[in-house]
Amino acid sequence: MSHQVWLHQLPHIVAANAPAANHSVDWFHQLPQNIVIGLEQGSLYALVALGYTLVYGVLQLINFAHSEVFMAGAFGSYLVVDAIVGNRHLTGAAVPLTVLAGIVSGAAVGAAVAWILEKVAYKALRRNGAPKLAFLISAIGASLFLSNLAGKLFTRVQNNAFPTYFNVNHHVFSIGSADVSLIVLIIIATAVIMMVFLDRLVNKTKLGMGIRAVAEDAPTAALMGIDIDRTISRTFIVGGALAGVAGFLFGTAFGVGNIMGFTPGVKAFAAAVLGGIGNVRGAMIGGLILGQAEVLISALPFVGAEWNDVVSFAVLVLILLVRPTGILGERLWRAA
Amino acid sequence: MTEAARPTLLDVVGIEVRYGAIRALKSVTFNVGEGEIVALLGANGAGKTTTQKTVSGMLRPTTGYVAFDGARIDGIPAHDVIRLGICHVPEGRHVFPRMTVAENLEMGAFRFRDVDKKEFERVLELFPRLRERLKQQAGTLSGGEQQMLAIGRALMGKPRLLLLDEPSMGLAPLVVAQIFEIIKEINASGVTVLLVEQNAAQALALAHRGYVLETGEIVLGGTGQELLADDRVRAAYLGEEIAAS
Repeated sequence: MSHQVWLHQLPHIVAANAPAANHSVDWFHQLPQNIVIGLEQGSLYALVALGYTLVYGVLQLINFAHSEVFMAGAFGSYLVVDAIVGNRHLTGAAVPLTVLAGIVSGAAVGAAVAWILEKVAYKALRRNGAPKLAFLISAIGASLFLSNLAGKLFTRVQNNAFPTYFNVNHHVFSIGSADVSLIVLIIIATAVIMMVFLDRLVNKTKLGMGIRAVAEDAPTAALMGIDIDRTISRTFIVGGALAGVAGFLFGTAFGVGNIMGFTPGVKAFAAAVLGGIGNVRGAMIGGLILGQAEVLISALPFVGAEWNDVVSFAVLVLILLVRPTGILGERLWRAA
Repeated sequence: MTEAARPTLLDVVGIEVRYGAIRALKSVTFNVGEGEIVALLGANGAGKTTTQKTVSGMLRPTTGYVAFDGARIDGIPAHDVIRLGICHVPEGRHVFPRMTVAENLEMGAFRFRDVDKKEFERVLELFPRLRERLKQQAGTLSGGEQQMLAIGRALMGKPRLLLLDEPSMGLAPLVVAQIFEIIKEINASGVTVLLVEQNAAQALALAHRGYVLETGEIVLGGTGQELLADDRVRAAYLGEEIAAS
């Protein structure tokens, strides 16, 4: 029951921001605030979507257990933050340092789980040239396993909210009529920094060049001296770290639970497809668009927040009808 | 079988290569001397590409061995073989289509910590056409330009042995002549070349020596001139009609 509550946190937030009176003037009044909320949601989707798209790039595989990497990052950071805060009341520099510890531990646990996941669930299949369907089944199995393992380990923790070491709703500043709370600011700022960092990594570093080369043409990448196995492993680590950070941010805002990954995971996957699966900037854009679309459209007077999930997938379908390979998706070169 | 006139750089000895139940190579033995251009000729499916892939580590022989500079290299994975200075330009060029021309060249130097600016300049001097297109995505280049890029990319890896698989495939005769001219230049600068070609006349005119592969076996070997004069080669690969003798 308790997980149901936070799974549907978002509609409630939107509902709170789009109160009773049902005419379009209100929608415009709420627009600035809803754009901020959409940005918050969208940047979380984008962080998770990057993991789907990176792994798809190198393996042409949808890693359906990625949502559980996100969940694992949330739990990992939850344990670390909980241990730091305990029963104490944090003040001054201890607060931002704890947030930083949450981000780092989320990234570390996400990366570690994703790394193990690849070794356990996929590597053997790859070595033996298993059909795509086997990967899919392995992914679903790993996802169920991780989610139930976390349930077994953690459901007895009744309070699934992060300890309150800072006031997440603390009003930081307003842009026009849009209020920006501390948690929203942290989420958006962290996501933007991570995305800029990833974009640099993919385009400017050797690791990134290797990931791109393997994604475009793995056998030829090997001829250039790129170790394909190692590159795939590192791709999981990078994607897992991003999802782990997203898990920490999401958990701080909405709480943690063993099936917390499902809805954000499916949405982030949709965002990756929307942007053009395999395309890194596409995943970022797809996440941001999906975040805006679901908040803005469900805030329409005749739609309503309970249509949230319907809206996201309707947007996905509509965009794919116009651009079947996604917004930044290109013709599949390797098919040529 | 003819022996390399110079100390051998590459020795391929009795290799058998299988794709599952299919024996692509039965027993292939040949060598390439330091500084030579050696051509591997043969019809489609004779095993030319398989032979090159085995040298570059993409495939492993089930029997026999490959030695480079006196040391066995069969069983070393492709991404480590390039570190020995064996650079493979695969059939169909295989440039990275969504990377720019400059990035493709940098990929060629992946095995080094940094891209050697001098080498980069040298490649662009060899292929001026690439300089004009440095920022362009490689997938948008013409077939000839992609071939030049694929060769340039391999040169960025500073090869001692360059494996070229069908560099003339699908190219206009004028472009083929240009590319063969450049292969000659590359060889003159000290790079040993193992060339796979269907275009036997041009390949043998360029190569010091050649071998003819048929259904997974070497059936003939000799200098370029010897092979060009051989009746069987003329009949099978140069399309000349020879009266049965």
